[in-house]
Amino acid sequence: MSPTSASTATAIAEAVRSGERSAREVVDEHLAAIEAREPELHAFNLVMADEARASADAIDRARAAGEQLGPLAGVPIALKDNLCTRGIPTTCSSRILEGWRPPYDATVVQRLAAAGAVAVGKTNLDEFAMGSSTENSAFGPTRNPHDTSRVPGGSSGGSAAAVAAGFAPLSLGSDTGGSIRQPAALCGVVGVKPTYGSVSRYGLVAFASSLDQIGPFATTVDDAALLLEVIAGHDPLDSTSIPQPAPSLRSELGRGVEGLRVGVIRELTGEGIAPDVARRVTAAADALAVAGAKVDEASVPAVAYGLSAYYLIAPAEASSNLARYDGVRYGLRVDASNSPEMMVASRTAGFGDEVKRRIMLGTYALSAGYYDAYYGKAQRVRTLIIRDFAAAYEDFDVLLSPTSPTTAFAFGDKTADPLTMYLNDICTIPSNLSGDPAVSVPYGVGDDGLPVGVQVLAPAMQEATMLRVAAALEASR
Amino acid sequence: MTDTTTTDLAAPDAGLPGGWQMVIGLEVHCELSTATKLFCGCPNQFGSEPNTNVCPVCLGLPGSLPVANDAAVTYAMRLGRALHCEVKPSVFARKNYFYPDQPKDYQISQFDQPTNIEGWLELPDGIRIGIERAHIEEDTGKTSHVGGGGRIHEAGYSLVDYNRAGVPLVEIVGKADLRTPEQARQYVAELRSIILAIEVSDAKMEEGSMRVDANVSVRKADEPYGTRCEIKNLNSLRSLVRALDYEARRQIELLEDGERVIQQTRHWDEADGRTHTLRSKEEADDYRYFAEPDLVPLDPSAETLAAIDASIPTLPADRRQALATAAGVTPVEAAMAVERGLDDLALAAIEAGANPARVMTHVEHNLAADEAVRLDAANFAGLVTMETSGELTATQAKQVLAEMVETGGEPGAIAAARGFEAMETGALESLVDEAIAADPEAWAKFCAGDAKVTGAFVGYVMKATKGQADGKAVTELLRRRAAG
Repeated sequence: MSPTSASTATAIAEAVRSGERSAREVVDEHLAAIEAREPELHAFNLVMADEARASADAIDRARAAGEQLGPLAGVPIALKDNLCTRGIPTTCSSRILEGWRPPYDATVVQRLAAAGAVAVGKTNLDEFAMGSSTENSAFGPTRNPHDTSRVPGGSSGGSAAAVAAGFAPLSLGSDTGGSIRQPAALCGVVGVKPTYGSVSRYGLVAFASSLDQIGPFATTVDDAALLLEVIAGHDPLDSTSIPQPAPSLRSELGRGVEGLRVGVIRELTGEGIAPDVARRVTAAADALAVAGAKVDEASVPAVAYGLSAYYLIAPAEASSNLARYDGVRYGLRVDASNSPEMMVASRTAGFGDEVKRRIMLGTYALSAGYYDAYYGKAQRVRTLIIRDFAAAYEDFDVLLSPTSPTTAFAFGDKTADPLTMYLNDICTIPSNLSGDPAVSVPYGVGDDGLPVGVQVLAPAMQEATMLRVAAALEASR
Repeated sequence: MTDTTTTDLAAPDAGLPGGWQMVIGLEVHCELSTATKLFCGCPNQFGSEPNTNVCPVCLGLPGSLPVANDAAVTYAMRLGRALHCEVKPSVFARKNYFYPDQPKDYQISQFDQPTNIEGWLELPDGIRIGIERAHIEEDTGKTSHVGGGGRIHEAGYSLVDYNRAGVPLVEIVGKADLRTPEQARQYVAELRSIILAIEVSDAKMEEGSMRVDANVSVRKADEPYGTRCEIKNLNSLRSLVRALDYEARRQIELLEDGERVIQQTRHWDEADGRTHTLRSKEEADDYRYFAEPDLVPLDPSAETLAAIDASIPTLPADRRQALATAAGVTPVEAAMAVERGLDDLALAAIEAGANPARVMTHVEHNLAADEAVRLDAANFAGLVTMETSGELTATQAKQVLAEMVETGGEPGAIAAARGFEAMETGALESLVDEAIAADPEAWAKFCAGDAKVTGAFVGYVMKATKGQADGKAVTELLRRRAAG
């Protein structure tokens, strides 16, 4: 499953542009891989075979007509099924969106099409991106390609598994508390959560608006950088989009880490982190030191409160974002004698337990009399985390931590107690609260032989430096 | 509306029995007349086919995001400044509640950091009514219930039209400073004329582009505020006055019978002239407000605010004051001219030397609202001067004015063409003598100081001259004759 140089997005795009391979040939190969293993893995809610062949053919025709092809020409890509695709079902792995076909494409989907990428399917996720294992999908879980008795992580488990299984060299996920990075770690691929506001959220079905960010999965850091260059950059349709063009990332990757100051986050390497995972983080830090970086221990005290703050802020926003699924305009409707009862019946039947749990948590946190104690306080913790990160970045260019406390766990391991499941995101949540970018890079395996991910964190808009470090880690494996 | 006792700005008589006083606070929703909606590019248009002015954003489709319309924000700030509000850095907030005509099941509004705060509006008699806030929010869609006579409980099914969803609104929350239905009427009328003057809305109560909700309670003078009720469905100024009057009496009756007023929302029924319970507010609504994470805060620069201030024309209160000063009348007396847009004409005529009292008489009685445009101020002043110099009688002047409006002509030429010339004093004197001779009994009374009979003599002369005589000159001649 380790990527051969010919199977990377960079190589495919180059081959398609030069005419060495046709886009159709590339897509057929990947569709064949999907056909072979998808029944076992269930990475997809929908495989878009016909649409993928049609867009591959269009790219081949464009090339024949002498048109300039984009940076992702003919590259198959899998899309998390919470990204709106015009005319194609977008389910968020929820019954409540049954039958809904968006009348529009998400901004990232448009940008991918313009760059020549070929969407091969919509990937499975925890319902509305709420979960860390894809076990909360209404359509059944995705299995980890490295060990099908294990979860792929979540919520973007389908997107991570699709790339790990070779179904597509690239995929998109969304990361609200670690939903790209944690499955990337568990599936042994690269996963990036960009700076909040650097990738447009227009067309991403919202979970927690102030935390959600779309980002790439890839088999290599170079491919992840390529995809990020395509999807990033200002979008007037998203008011929180940073008014700057997409950064140039790939050209920076080879610069090495000589002289960079790397801090290993003390609060995220001790208690709660499995020893085999902690050992890989130490190995990564050592490798960077060997490569010329100045490595030291860093402290970001407020990250200890990240999980608590997150589980107030995210459900609060979710309780409001998910209110619109009321059976009136689209999706599932369960009839009743009047509209309030219809709304209750539709939502009762349409949402799964975890979604209901978070809607209740969030509704409670925003209620009159509790707002200050819960939501208000959580926002203040968020401010502290931002402040502590800013202080750490005075001394360090990037920070290092595990991505996930453990390697991929078995199905059912953590479903009985939601809190155990929530603890999976302890290392990833702080970056969502601060809005800063972070990447998970595969860095060896744990005692069970399953992939371990190391997380590189950087200040806002410093993706170039962050990915340089990730590339150095990749090179040192 | 705050529930504290405030010192009355004024407590005019509302005609209530037994020392009762009304306390009224109005919440006015005003649809802004921007080309597009508040958070998307859909047309902001009344009367289109249902669900044609819609897109993913105003339908609240999954994945869609709002982007604030700069024009709407500017309009809202202009309204705030015209109401003497402070324009503050502000944030949008989500007001969460489930309703079928609310596409996202939350409304994007403002909560603890509204755009405009602490302003006031001046009634024509100079009383200032406080404005607590004027915040920006989006409108909802419109539900119609089919079958069962349009009532929700008996309807067979309901249809929702989302054309109105996302239309920009400003909600102007007035302080509980109003004390009578008439003051409430003046407040809304004044607010409407300000909104029209700054051109941010067509402010039509009948079409719903201006919607008024009234909070009303009663108390004995100087006692703390009583329990209030909110009245909805006030679609005209007439409804507002009638509903307030009814509601105050209903509350007084309850209290005098030893019962209590229950805080609730009531619906005004124009047909039966009563308010009816819509829903009880005893359980307070919990809208779970929080800052809208999909939008960024509004923080207008000093230059933006200066440009907004510069875009505001002279407001009705200032126009009333200017005319009142020039004409030597009270602002209340100047109000009609301002309401009709005739104040600039009147001011120009007075400036040109015309008699202010005569100018005001013509403006109030002899000109309609849209006639100023066809009337040259210098000609108007000329006409008034001809009248005050005795060249034209009042009646003649009125006729000449009518023709001036019609043709845009010059008063001297019109008067000449009509053969209006000041009657020679000799001719008038002989007619006055004729009148005296015709009624010696009345003349005796006149000479004894009974002014009531004056009309009989003036009437005689007017009849003889077919109304062309100057009534004042006749009266003067009578006085001179009586004085011997």
